[in-house]
Amino acid sequence: MSTTTWFDAHDWNTVQRDIQAVTPRQVERALGNTRRTLDDFKALISPAAQAYLEPMAQLSHQLTQKRFGKTIQLYAPLYLSNECQNICTYCAFSLDNKIVRKTLTDAEIGREADALKQLGYDHVLLVTGEANQTVGVPYLRNAIRLLQPHFAHISMEVQPLDQPEYEELIAEGLNTVLVYQETYHQETYKNHHPKGKKSNFAYRLDTPDRLGRAGVHKMGLGALLGLEDWRTDSFFTAAHLHHLERAYWQTKYSISFPRLRPIDLLQNDTITSKSFERCMTDRDLVQLICAYRLFNEEVELSLSTRETPRFRDHVLKLGVTSLSAGSKTNPGGYAVEPQSLEQFAISDERSPAEMVDVIRKQGYQPVWKDWDKTLAAL
Amino acid sequence: MNTQSVMIAGKSFGSRLFTGTGKFGSAQLMEDALLASGTELVTVALKRVDTTNRQDDMLSYLAHPQFNLLPNTSGVRTAKEAVFAAQMAREALETNWLKLEIHPDPKYLLPDPIETLKAAEELVKLGFVVLPYIHADPVLCKRLEEVGVAAVMPLGAPIGTNKGLRTIDFLEIIIEQSRVPVVVDAGLGAPSHAAAAMELGADAVLVNTAIAVSDDPVRMAVAFKLAVEAGRLAYEARLAQPSVAAHASSPLTAFLDEL
Repeated sequence: MSTTTWFDAHDWNTVQRDIQAVTPRQVERALGNTRRTLDDFKALISPAAQAYLEPMAQLSHQLTQKRFGKTIQLYAPLYLSNECQNICTYCAFSLDNKIVRKTLTDAEIGREADALKQLGYDHVLLVTGEANQTVGVPYLRNAIRLLQPHFAHISMEVQPLDQPEYEELIAEGLNTVLVYQETYHQETYKNHHPKGKKSNFAYRLDTPDRLGRAGVHKMGLGALLGLEDWRTDSFFTAAHLHHLERAYWQTKYSISFPRLRPIDLLQNDTITSKSFERCMTDRDLVQLICAYRLFNEEVELSLSTRETPRFRDHVLKLGVTSLSAGSKTNPGGYAVEPQSLEQFAISDERSPAEMVDVIRKQGYQPVWKDWDKTLAAL
Repeated sequence: MNTQSVMIAGKSFGSRLFTGTGKFGSAQLMEDALLASGTELVTVALKRVDTTNRQDDMLSYLAHPQFNLLPNTSGVRTAKEAVFAAQMAREALETNWLKLEIHPDPKYLLPDPIETLKAAEELVKLGFVVLPYIHADPVLCKRLEEVGVAAVMPLGAPIGTNKGLRTIDFLEIIIEQSRVPVVVDAGLGAPSHAAAAMELGADAVLVNTAIAVSDDPVRMAVAFKLAVEAGRLAYEARLAQPSVAAHASSPLTAFLDEL
C-alpha cells in the first residue's frame, strides 16, 4: 500500500458525521466484539459511547493488566534545544516568540544526563525544536553518542527526518521516535503551521512510513488534542496506526494524548500567557484512552505531565502504560538553567520519587528499565 | 525417585512448574509468589535487569538458592541479535542457560522459527544450554533437537492470552516424538490448563501472566503448583481413556462365546 492510500480512504467530513451518528446499539456491538475494527473504534469514541464509560473503563483496565501486567514504565524528556525555524501557533518555541534561545553543549548534556540518572531514569526522550543548522542530524548523532552509555533506552521527538537519517541514528542507539501529526485536518494544519519546513503536511504525514522502512524499534503517534475535533483526529490516528501495524509489523507502537496547555509568550519585554479553548474534557480523555485500549490491546499508551495529578492518579489503572514525571520542558531545566522559559506549562509538578510512591500505593510496579541496548546488538 | 522432578541437560529440578518474573505489582509480590510456587527455574528478561549493576533491584529478590535463573532474549528480532544478547546475559548473570526468544512481531510476540533454529544451532556450539520458545510445530521441534537444544518450549496459545491449550493436537505429536523434555510455555491461563498439559505428558510448564496478574499471586502460585503436581501424577498413573460409547451390559456378540 502506498503511503497515502490509507489516508485518502477516509474523508474527514464523512468520518466526523459517522461518529456523531453512532447509535447505542453500535456501541454495544463494539463492546461485545472480541476483535475490534476501526468501525468499532468509531463507535467507542462517539458521543453515544459516553453513556458506556464505566464498562469501557472496566474492560480497558482488564485488557491492559493482561498484556502489560501491574506495571507502569517511567521516562523523562530531555530538552536539548528550543531553537526553531517554524511558526506553530500553540508552541512557546515558535520562531515568532522572542524568547532567549538555547542549545545545550556537550558538557551541558552531560550535566542534564547526570541529573536525570540521579532521579532514577534509564529511559530518556530527547526533544528539540526544528533548526537544521544548529540541531540537525550531526547534533542529534552526537547527543545520542554522549547519552547512549548512560541510558538503556533512548527516544527522540524532533523534526521529521529522511529515511537514511533515521537509519544512521538507529545504528547509533536510537530506539524510539515520536512524531505527532498534530492534526490530520489539512486546512487546520496549514493555519497552525504557517511557516517553516513543518508547514509541509504531506512530508509529516509520511514520516512514520519512513521510520518504519528505516526499521525503528518503536514509534509513537498522536494528535495534538485541542486543535481540531478530537474525535475525528483520533479516528485518523487509529487508522494511521492500523496502516502502520500491517506495513511495519516488526515495529512497536505507542500513542500519546497531548492536550493543549497554556504557553508563555514574550512580547515587548513582557510575558503574557496564552490559553486555548478547552476542547476536550477529562471525561472525553478517559473515553479516548479506553477506546484505544479496546481497539488495540497491544499498543502502549503514554501520558505526560501535561495532565493534573488527580487525573493522572486515576487514569493510571485505566489503560495507560507509561508516564513521565518531574518533567522540565526547557533546555537545561534539570541542572543547567532551571529558570529558563518552558515549552509549555506542566500540570503535574511532582518529583519522580513522589510519582513512584503514587504508583506503588495503587499496587503497581514502577519500571525504570524495559530495554537493553545489547538486544539491538549495540 | 521423586516423580515430580524433571531432568534437563543433566540438571534435576524438583518442580515441574517453571515461572516468569514480569507483570507483578511489586518485586516483593513476585518473590513471595515464586517462593510459594515451589519453582526452581525462573526466567528473567534481559531487558528488565541492569546488567551493569550486580545490586540490581529485581535480581536481589530472586537471590534464593532454589531459584535457578533462566535469562531470556525477549526483544531481539534476529538470530544475530539473539546470539549477541545471549553472550551478554551469560556474562552478566553467570549462567549458560538461555531461554531463546526471537519474536520480531512485537504485537503478538510470535516466535520466528527460521531465526530461532539458526540461533539455536550457533548457541549450542558456543556452549549454551538452549531452551527455545517456539510454535507448537513438531517438525521444528525435531530440527531443534537435531542441533542440540536441551528442551523445547512450544506455546499453548499466544503469550499472555490465558487461552489454554489451543495447540493441543500438535503438542500431542511433539510429546510423542520428542527425545528432549517438552515444556509447554505461554497461554496457560488457569491451573486446569497446566494440569491438562501435564496429563498430556508434558515434562514441565512455564507460567507467568496467570500468576502475576491475579488478585492474589501467592495463592494462584500455590494453585498452579498443585495443578502441575496433580497433572503429573495423573499422567504417571495412566488416565483411563475416555470411551466413545457406553459399554452395554448385555453385549451383542456374547452369543459367539456360548457355542
